[in-house]
Amino acid sequence: MQILTANRLLDGEAVWLGPDRLWHETIAAAEVAHDAAAAARLEETGRAALAASHVVDVALVDVELVDGRPWPKRLRERIRAAGPTTRTDLGKQARPATARAA
Amino acid sequence: MYRYDEFDHAFVAARVAEFRDQAERRLAGEITEEQFKPLRLMNGVYLQLHAYMLRIAVPYGTLSSRQMRMLAHIARTYDKGYGHFTTRQNIQFNWPALADIPAILADLAAVEMHAIQTSGNCIRNVTADHFAGAAADEVADPRPYAEILRQWSTVHPEFSYLPRKFKIAVTAAERDRAAIQVHDIGLHLKKDADGRLGFAVYVGGGQGRTPMIAKKIRDFLPEADLLSYVTAIMRVYNLNGRRDNKFKARIKILVHETGAQAFAAAVEQEFAALGDGALRLPEEDVAAIAAYFAPPALAPRPEGDAALAAARAADPGFAAWLRRNVHQHRHPDYASLTISLKGIGEAPGDASDVQMDAVADLAEAYAGDEIRVSHEQNLILPHVARADLKAVYDRLVAIGLATANAGLVTDMIACPGLDYCALANARSIPVAQEIAGRFADQARQEEIGDLKIKISGCINACGHHHVGHIGILGVEKKGSELYQITLGGSADEATSIGEIVGRGFGPQEIAGAVETIVETYLGHRTGREESFLAAYRRLGPGPFKEALYGDHAKAA
Repeated sequence: MQILTANRLLDGEAVWLGPDRLWHETIAAAEVAHDAAAAARLEETGRAALAASHVVDVALVDVELVDGRPWPKRLRERIRAAGPTTRTDLGKQARPATARAA
Repeated sequence: MYRYDEFDHAFVAARVAEFRDQAERRLAGEITEEQFKPLRLMNGVYLQLHAYMLRIAVPYGTLSSRQMRMLAHIARTYDKGYGHFTTRQNIQFNWPALADIPAILADLAAVEMHAIQTSGNCIRNVTADHFAGAAADEVADPRPYAEILRQWSTVHPEFSYLPRKFKIAVTAAERDRAAIQVHDIGLHLKKDADGRLGFAVYVGGGQGRTPMIAKKIRDFLPEADLLSYVTAIMRVYNLNGRRDNKFKARIKILVHETGAQAFAAAVEQEFAALGDGALRLPEEDVAAIAAYFAPPALAPRPEGDAALAAARAADPGFAAWLRRNVHQHRHPDYASLTISLKGIGEAPGDASDVQMDAVADLAEAYAGDEIRVSHEQNLILPHVARADLKAVYDRLVAIGLATANAGLVTDMIACPGLDYCALANARSIPVAQEIAGRFADQARQEEIGDLKIKISGCINACGHHHVGHIGILGVEKKGSELYQITLGGSADEATSIGEIVGRGFGPQEIAGAVETIVETYLGHRTGREESFLAAYRRLGPGPFKEALYGDHAKAA
């Protein structure tokens, strides 16, 4: 399973592509691709967003589902989804309803 | 301190305007990321895990109070209230919006600072001994030469697209505090038998995935030949350095593959071809630059020692701080002091806006308006009267910056690691925090004595793990963090690269492993006078492997 992530051009904020084709600040809003064809569709949308200068550093991320929500396999992506583990007062984890990374 | 002339002001202002235009065009979608990325990197703008990161140059680690206050202002206004001082004597902000960066650069320009050449395959910020201009053991202030190199290398047309980045460090003392032997070029300012100034020139040192100790290719280069000789080195590198493989593109690989002798011969040939030309440094120009670095007027303050003796007796915390954080100044009434950015539980190198403002105030009131950033990620007040040390200490206590651990086990270098950095494979800061917690007790730390732990979150080695007495390298293995330990590294005048002790440790085990290593040292040392490094060099890895891996030591 994969989801598509990027950083927003304006401020570098980590974002994920949702089923509504919009970029969201929380990983929970990401659309999960269950097969290669679905992942390819995500990537195509990502390429268009990159070309339109909405986002940069577009990449697919391997996830599993935990309580129905995407949970990245790599710590790197879990930290991107939450914020620095050493400053839980900063980043997404400091906002309501975002889980910590580690 | 060096002050911008009209040309400098105009140049930096033009660069700010240029970047503002570039950023606006990028945000408007007029240029692509592929086009913009090299432009932003030339101005120190990276993209990290959570946001952009702006790396600001602190030339040879020297700052005025006014400049430090501007950094505090930037932290408060555009970032999240703190900055991170780095092993390159620079500062990084972790959260700026791209749209704000032109304004930040304009603010920096107002105090004669910028972020030019803090990234890219060019000559980066020239670093120097953080006690330069104050240390009792130096032959002269090395910073005028660092400044001359800075002026020469800034947007140097021939050396702006090198095979890879290039780092130069300068020291002027036999005791190397600038780690010159792990730089692309290391310069040791010294005097010859006739008292003339010149440099021992080291080349081809570096860390990263292929750590190398620099080779000395000149024992004494006359001062006037500095730029000619460095130009000759750069030309040999620029022509012959590998551009086909990023991992083999640093000058250390060229020197290693060519052989130091053959490399030196090529440099000498190029140097001879350059002749006695325009690059020769006129004495009056060196003197003019050196004049900028004239130390503040140091009035006699002989009352210091009596005041210190009384304060030391009354306040054990102050006594500990005096033992660890105060360094000998060439003027007997003065001292250089280390403001530790390694408070127990803090992120190494981080300082808040409030702390930056307070340090600026202290420097203005007590230290001739000068602040240094050390490559060990601490701040330094280079010129403080010994009579004022207690007053400075009390004010440092009030802002949480009086940790008495300079050079001790908790004074660790740590890169930002996977908590921030897009290149990292593992976290560094939590490892430093966990280790600091275990060794927080002042008496225990002082009993252990001088010990440098250096932590990197990836093989690029920004945390200098290869030259840590205990080095820790974080890697990713099967999706988890794993920490590899090296022992016996050192970045001083007897530089050595640490040796891998055995298999790595998980995040829950690494601090315990460090504690085991330290206990093994304490058990084997001949006495307090034998430092960890000296003991390791005498003992070798055997006892440490045995303690860490027991019966499995041989297999490890």
